[in-house]
Amino acid sequence: MKLYIRATGNISPQITFGHAGFLTEPVEHSGNRLNCAEPDYKAFIDVKQIRRMSRIIKMGVAAAMECLQEAGLETPDAIVTGTAYGCLEDTGVFLSKMITQHEELLAPTAFIQSTHNTVGAQIALMVHCNGYNNVFVHRGFSFESALLDAMLLLKEGEANNVLVGGLDETTDASHAILTRFGLYRREPVSNFKLFEGSSKGTIAGEGAAFFLLTNQSSPGNYAQLDGLFTFYKPADIKETEAYIFSFLSIQSILPADIDLVITGRNGDAKGDGVYDILGQSVFNNICTVNYKNLCGEYPTSVSFALWLAGNIIKSGTVPGVLAANGNKAKKIKKILIYNHLQNIHHSLLLVSAC
Amino acid sequence: MMNAPVFIAGVGAISAIGNNAAECLHSLEKEQAGMGGMEYLDSVHAKALPVAEVKLDNETLAHCLGLSAVVSRTAMLSMMAAKEALENAGIPDLAKHRTGFISANTVGGMDRTEQFFNNFLMDHKKGKLRDVVHHECGYITELVADHLGIRNYITTISTACSSSANSIFYGARLIRNKTLDVVVAGGTDALTKFTLNGFNTLMILDHEFCRPFDENRKGLNLGEGAGYVVLVSEEVAGGLKNTPCCKLSGYCNANDAYHQTASSPDGTGSFLAMKGALDRSGLKPSDIDYINLHGTGTQNNDIAEGTAVKRLFDPLYPKMSSTKSFTGHTLGASGGLEAVFSVLAIREKLIYPNLRLQTPMKELPFVPETSLIKNANVRNVLSNSFGFGGNCSSLIFSKI
Repeated sequence: MKLYIRATGNISPQITFGHAGFLTEPVEHSGNRLNCAEPDYKAFIDVKQIRRMSRIIKMGVAAAMECLQEAGLETPDAIVTGTAYGCLEDTGVFLSKMITQHEELLAPTAFIQSTHNTVGAQIALMVHCNGYNNVFVHRGFSFESALLDAMLLLKEGEANNVLVGGLDETTDASHAILTRFGLYRREPVSNFKLFEGSSKGTIAGEGAAFFLLTNQSSPGNYAQLDGLFTFYKPADIKETEAYIFSFLSIQSILPADIDLVITGRNGDAKGDGVYDILGQSVFNNICTVNYKNLCGEYPTSVSFALWLAGNIIKSGTVPGVLAANGNKAKKIKKILIYNHLQNIHHSLLLVSAC
Repeated sequence: MMNAPVFIAGVGAISAIGNNAAECLHSLEKEQAGMGGMEYLDSVHAKALPVAEVKLDNETLAHCLGLSAVVSRTAMLSMMAAKEALENAGIPDLAKHRTGFISANTVGGMDRTEQFFNNFLMDHKKGKLRDVVHHECGYITELVADHLGIRNYITTISTACSSSANSIFYGARLIRNKTLDVVVAGGTDALTKFTLNGFNTLMILDHEFCRPFDENRKGLNLGEGAGYVVLVSEEVAGGLKNTPCCKLSGYCNANDAYHQTASSPDGTGSFLAMKGALDRSGLKPSDIDYINLHGTGTQNNDIAEGTAVKRLFDPLYPKMSSTKSFTGHTLGASGGLEAVFSVLAIREKLIYPNLRLQTPMKELPFVPETSLIKNANVRNVLSNSFGFGGNCSSLIFSKI
């Protein structure tokens, strides 16, 4: 069975929402934290609700609604979301008040909105979807698990269309904590210069990207989603290479059949070493671009990469900001997305022209 | 493909009524509930709110598992039960198979994050990082997967109180789709101040021991624990020394789409989940011998669930009970724990009692069982897990 990306909705640190051109005006960020360019939510969400919702809920709901609008669909058959951190802002608010108020006189709203299924549930509520609803919260596999679940639902015949999304937010607290873990650059850096030189650390990112996956072919579809594979903590680079080759062979393609590789390079010298080696081996001579200079690093960033792949195939253009090099194919028909998060969570996605 | 049987090869559980499945079963038979005062959780509500704690402190748990006591209690409870389930399954040459660990929890390593935040709030440079490193739900799962040596497929589900029913359900689908051969699936949650205070703000915590499906019920008691089943394909089941006693025959996930925290009055989501699970299994309502109710003891859940049960089963009701009257509501662990209890009900021919039920609910034409029934012919068990966000899931376990 063939699966297609019917529609997308994406809120990211770039202008990716509404009727924006395809990365025609890239947004430069300085510092080590990329925040989303948020739209006016009033077009999608009731004003009273907007006031109550935290940022991640608004971003998730709006991206989902835009995706459904583009698909011309009121209610999907199923909703699956992936988020590693969940609703950090509400979690932080409730936790802080609980501590400072010594567990007394707390209000329920932040707690209610802190659960990881808040966004998926809010979407179901807004579009009256009584169907399948699932939420994956597994670090660098959160979005990939959600996507696999959605693909299975379509293959099982349980659904004809599934709304699937990946989303994570950065808050001041999470940024402070992850900075202490040494994840980010110590010196401010422009995202446009993320890949210049060799440094320790990356830049923080966030986003909410939704897709309508369907088993129905239609002229408006972005692309075909051929396959997905994840692997966990490979022992060494040889094992990583073996997994990639095995994925390609399951997809019945050779590396040379790939027109473009989108990698999860993030500017951290250590992690990028993996991409360097693969660039000499599996991906040798294949045109390669990177996406985290646009959205920053976050556990569900592959959802941004999938949005990128879908749009490259649909529009037939590789945006200049991606600075594609290598043997650029005339027409891009097959894109492989390969990402790893701290060499723990590795994911491969194959997307092709319909 | 999607009708291939998925067998339950092993079970593991830890809860307020026992540190393993056998101890839990013993308490269920002896009608011994696990609620009490707070021994391990440190909260200002200690005197007012009973909880159902696992009767082991973190040091003892860590010692049992050969770990440091700074590891989140959520991970340690998970390891205890998941390890037991794998040992119980006794799969020869596990490494030969494609094995997955699919877990669930609602607040990850929040028990440690609370420690961290105490200092972090005063100064963002303060707080020990080792206390926040396991905050993410998925990190808890990875600690356990690494401990068990499972790495073919690992993921975590969090749909509030239905989380681990969904992980079992998802695991079964991965086997049916031939992605995996063996899946350890279920969930875990430790008591935390965060959840205790959260539920307290919703005013749905009973200050006495909870009374699910009682006319005068006042709310739920929070509990903690972990429960896992080992799901295997027909091929793996064939190679087991102990033939599995039951299979997962039905499952369904539906959304109430009514309110973020409240269930719809007619129990739409609960009805759809139960009905979908029955349809999937090919069973009729009259084939169900026992319903392990979600039965939290809140006004809202029990009437919504009861109404949905009435819509689906009237006029012939199976035996029913809420084992949350023993374990409290263990949130992300409840679907896993109750799956274990469902399997044990089939294996041991038992219908568990619904404790402290004195006055049946006026609106409902049925009454859950109030005492233990032995030698019951339990062929099919329906297990309900309904959660915040309208996330409703039902599983059906069937005797082989």
